Amino acid sequence: MSKAPGNPKVANLNDLLAVAYQIEIDAVDRYNLLADQMETHNNPELVKIFRDLARAEGIHGEEIRRLAGDFDVVAHAREIAKFKRSESPEEADLSSAHYLMTPWHALQLSLGGEERALAYFKSIVEATKDPKVKAMAAELVEEEAEHVNLVNRLLLRYPKPKDNWADDLDPPVSQE
Amino acid sequence: MSAIGKPPLACKPGDYKSAVKPIWCPGCGDYHVLMSFTRAFAQLKLPPEDVVVVSGIGCSSRIPAYTNCYGFHGVHGRSLALAAGLKVTRPDLTVVVASGDGDGYSIGGNHFLHACRRNIDMTYVVMDNHIYGMTKGQPSPTTEPEFDTALSPGGTGVRPFHPLVVALASGANFIARCFSGDPNETASVLAEAIKHPGFSFVEILSPCVTFRPDESAWKDMVHPAPVPETSDQGKAARRLMTDDGFNLGILYRGSRKPYQPPVGTTSIDLAELEKDFEL
Repeated sequence: MSKAPGNPKVANLNDLLAVAYQIEIDAVDRYNLLADQMETHNNPELVKIFRDLARAEGIHGEEIRRLAGDFDVVAHAREIAKFKRSESPEEADLSSAHYLMTPWHALQLSLGGEERALAYFKSIVEATKDPKVKAMAAELVEEEAEHVNLVNRLLLRYPKPKDNWADDLDPPVSQE
Repeated sequence: MSAIGKPPLACKPGDYKSAVKPIWCPGCGDYHVLMSFTRAFAQLKLPPEDVVVVSGIGCSSRIPAYTNCYGFHGVHGRSLALAAGLKVTRPDLTVVVASGDGDGYSIGGNHFLHACRRNIDMTYVVMDNHIYGMTKGQPSPTTEPEFDTALSPGGTGVRPFHPLVVALASGANFIARCFSGDPNETASVLAEAIKHPGFSFVEILSPCVTFRPDESAWKDMVHPAPVPETSDQGKAARRLMTDDGFNLGILYRGSRKPYQPPVGTTSIDLAELEKDFEL
């Protein structure tokens, strides 16, 4: 299935801020859900990584809320920021999670989310005729591009694991 | 469904989640199904206290505990019997039944047939992963005949059960198939199923990452059904003749009147009834 969002309508600056806010909050929820899963399955290294990612996305969400000033971006996001066919662009793909996943996999999930968010805001820059929306979307593109770079830099610390990373020495049941 | 008509609530999907953290394997499709449940309830603005999620046994059947609606985690294969009893006595409630392919099509197979036939107004959601996950990977009624494991060497060689065919032939009033990896679309179909009067059956393809890692390919195999939904059973049956198992969407929406016996109108005194059974 396509990961491309059903594009909520962005008609003005408030709509854009609401959508941007919701994208960050959806990412926070998703990372926390992944952290919970890793906690249940005793993968503490990944718990920390997913909680850190959730915290980082939460900070971005708060920044957008501050940018919106007196405007209630949370209520407006609830109203308009619904992604129809698929999920919010920055949400990590839940179906790619695995109980033995490594930091490399977690960062790959994060990279995918940042790249989708980047593509999403770029599409707004290209599509909008409103100069205020274009300018803000361009700022968001810059931010997301910086996040992509940041994740790529973090990935340098974690080399790709060997192909047998999912081999479990104590598997749930013998399948061989 | 029955809670429609009450003053709308401003419920968000998160408002339907309980504080219990799911213990499904990371990557399990059932996480997405839970999301679809809560999104569908929010879409319909159902008060959580007017919804009951009933289940049997299996990974999928853990779902009532993860919602803050009323729940009943019943016995293996008997969720539909429980739900039917509940719905006929409390028609004011919205009853959603959750099951898996093992629970629902094997030990609960007979209840499935008769729930379709009776057409009581409730929604039956089967999370189908073509395997018994909770009991460590035995073949289920929908497992492919050639699926080869230590528990079924060389495969079972047995033709799989086709739930949509059985549902249509048995009289289900609403039939659909969804994929867990598209939770928004699944939520929309669930909302339609809940709203539709009578017995609604929704099969959700929900991959098991632990015992069926091959099912990660499903996200590239599912596709929208090439033909629109129908209210004609004959057309629906013909569509199922060419079903590859990955057609998504609403297949059939019928108009059969739901079964609902009158409640509270009996003049039978229970004490009198007990006398008939006295030894």
